[in-house]
Amino acid sequence: MMFPRLVYESFRHQPRRKLLAGIAITLGVAVATAMIAVATDIGDKINRELRSYGANLVVTPQEDTLDVEVGGVNLKPPSDGAFLNEADLPKIRGTFWHHNIVGFSPMLPVNVKIDGEENDVVLMGTYFNKALRFGKEDFTTGVRMTHPWWKVSCGDGKPSSNCTWPDDNSQNILLGERLAANLGKKPGDMLDVSGHQLKIAGILSTGGAEDDQIVAPLALAQEILGKPSAVRRVYVSALTKPPDALSARDPKTMTPEVYDRWYCSPYVESIAYQLQEVIPHSHAEQIRQVAQNEGTVLARIKGLMLLITFAALFASALAVSAAMATAIYERRVEVGLMKALGAGNLAVSAIFFAEALLLALVGGIAGFSAGALLAHQIGRSIFSSQISIEPVLFPFILAIAVFVTFAGSAAAIRRAVKFDPVFALRGEG
Amino acid sequence: MSTAPETLLTSKQVADRRAPAAHVSMFARMLVRAAVLRRRRAASALLAMIVAAAVATAMMNLYVDVQAKLRTEFRNYGANVVIVAKDGETLPADALTKIESVVGPKTLAVPFSYAVARTKDGQSVVIVGTDFARARQLNHWWKVSHWPVAPDDVLVGMRAANVVSANRQPFELTFQGKSIQLTPAGMLQTGAGEDSRIYLDQSEFQNWTGIAPSTIEVAANGTSAEVEESIRQLAQILPSASIRPVRQIMEGEANVLNKTRATLYASATLVVLTSALCVLATLMGWVFDRRRDFAIMKALGASERLVNGFFAAEAAALGVIGAIFGFFIGIGVAAWIGRVNFHAPVVPRFSVFPYVLAGSVAVALISAILPIVLLRRVQPAIILRGE
Repeated sequence: MMFPRLVYESFRHQPRRKLLAGIAITLGVAVATAMIAVATDIGDKINRELRSYGANLVVTPQEDTLDVEVGGVNLKPPSDGAFLNEADLPKIRGTFWHHNIVGFSPMLPVNVKIDGEENDVVLMGTYFNKALRFGKEDFTTGVRMTHPWWKVSCGDGKPSSNCTWPDDNSQNILLGERLAANLGKKPGDMLDVSGHQLKIAGILSTGGAEDDQIVAPLALAQEILGKPSAVRRVYVSALTKPPDALSARDPKTMTPEVYDRWYCSPYVESIAYQLQEVIPHSHAEQIRQVAQNEGTVLARIKGLMLLITFAALFASALAVSAAMATAIYERRVEVGLMKALGAGNLAVSAIFFAEALLLALVGGIAGFSAGALLAHQIGRSIFSSQISIEPVLFPFILAIAVFVTFAGSAAAIRRAVKFDPVFALRGEG
Repeated sequence: MSTAPETLLTSKQVADRRAPAAHVSMFARMLVRAAVLRRRRAASALLAMIVAAAVATAMMNLYVDVQAKLRTEFRNYGANVVIVAKDGETLPADALTKIESVVGPKTLAVPFSYAVARTKDGQSVVIVGTDFARARQLNHWWKVSHWPVAPDDVLVGMRAANVVSANRQPFELTFQGKSIQLTPAGMLQTGAGEDSRIYLDQSEFQNWTGIAPSTIEVAANGTSAEVEESIRQLAQILPSASIRPVRQIMEGEANVLNKTRATLYASATLVVLTSALCVLATLMGWVFDRRRDFAIMKALGASERLVNGFFAAEAAALGVIGAIFGFFIGIGVAAWIGRVNFHAPVVPRFSVFPYVLAGSVAVALISAILPIVLLRRVQPAIILRGE
């Protein structure tokens, strides 16, 4: 029972040095864990951030006629063309990839007459933050999710509690900022819109065509148009997988196995296909400006984080081996003594490796927890959401810790063992 | 005979003449011999220093450069500024050259003019005049089967095609009584409003309708502050137009970029800290190991200041050499990452060097001074006895 005692005594007599080596391992493992966690999750996080560019899919009626629209003004008779049925929309939550669908907003443009304006103005009916139900699931969706750059204010561009998003069941509207400036209206005023008296809840600023329009709850637009449950188009914001060779293929030409793989991958094409399946008489298409660009940006950021993670792993490995090498180098005299008393090279190395293993396990466990905490903090402070660490990573990280500690110790142990005991005992290090 | 003048000097003069030279050379010799005699340990300390400096350099270089790299990626999203003629006014004919003179030659500016024409069977369709070469550069996401070459070739949106020319035959459009024969060169698919329109060359469009460009889309490079400055300058030279930032593009970009920058910053800090830790561990071990040198120097009567100065000088030298080698290796690593990930080299930033140098020397000094402070309390005799 000499062996465990040797290891135990070594820890008991050199608590400070063991602590130093242990701290180095803990810190190294913590950094490695945090970086691996961040790197594996960064794709999903950035994908969500990319949704701030808005919807990447649009659903229109199959037999849709041409849009005749210049500068946000619709020149077509409003009742013209086909519509989707509002009642079909909650089914979007029933598609295969519904977890990837961040939100959707229906749009129904109606041409209306306003006092003091000779030209028609477009009133856009939509969901702001509508509560819907699909099956047993309650959820909310609307432009506040799909169009995050839309800002509501009292007209000065600053958010204020007096001027807010209207309720989806109200008769309140938002006025585009340029239209509001033209009409000289401000929040709280009443506006006569094609015979309806509507209250202005706030001024909307989007930097797009909506700045010249009125944005109202969908039900109100349907009422003005006289077509209950009509929807012109639906914008869908979905988390997608960057395009690759499979995504661009036509599903009609695929073998059943390839088709299954395509169908079960969150490509923008397959999500569009599934939207068409659940919404009758519809045509879903990717909005290429948003959909095509997010893949490259995502790939660049992911690649960068991967390379930095390698740098972090390399630096942690080096720090751990440096600490171990130093700790062992200091114990040459002890090695000399052991060898003078008849210990073989194997026995001496075994003691050192056992110590290293113990340090690596303790440091690895502590480092893994610290790293998980660190990743959690990074996720909270940067993305204000969780960076969860896969428990699967734990044995993997522990194995890395042990491997790096062994690798870092090996050279130092070999040198310590080779050292002539006579020199060591004479104190000529 | 030749030695005669020397014998005339007093012993004090000799000592005076030799003292400074001997002092300096002894100090330098001790530094050099310490490194040469324990070259393995010195080499491993230097290696740690170099690796740390290289990693820090690469991280700082990337941190600065990646944002510029990502911005160019974000320009693939298209225009971030739109210039629209105010009601009842037109854009000046030289607007494009004016814009390019303000926001720089690398900026893309694409003119668009809009009108509504009628097909043979009386359907309305939006026609757009533009510069195809520029539009192609600006709107990378446009899926176009064939870009037009001949002047009367047009680009037909997917949905417009069903109305005007389902079988891709030449078709006729009428604008205010004037008819024109057009040949569809290719199909355009974007998933947005462009699908319902027909695009033709600006000069052809103007000959036919007499309408000049009313909208110019601009992809301005740079940070959001730089873009805002460009918008301000554009408003000055184009008083007849309203200049609007495209909020969807600008805010999306700012959002993603900020998050990426913060992540990069956190990771770079972690990596630099870890490499500093690595240096600290190695160097502390190295200095601690030499407590015998320390004790002998003190036993021979070296002052506290001299001993401290010696170890500090040694650490500083290590820091400087490590920083220089590490800096160049780090620049290489950053350039490699740029090539692999962004397919464009990261520009070496020499402005980073002072920070790397200062950081390396500081870490080296800390790792030298810590063990010295610990050792100072110990009597030299105890160290020399090997306890």
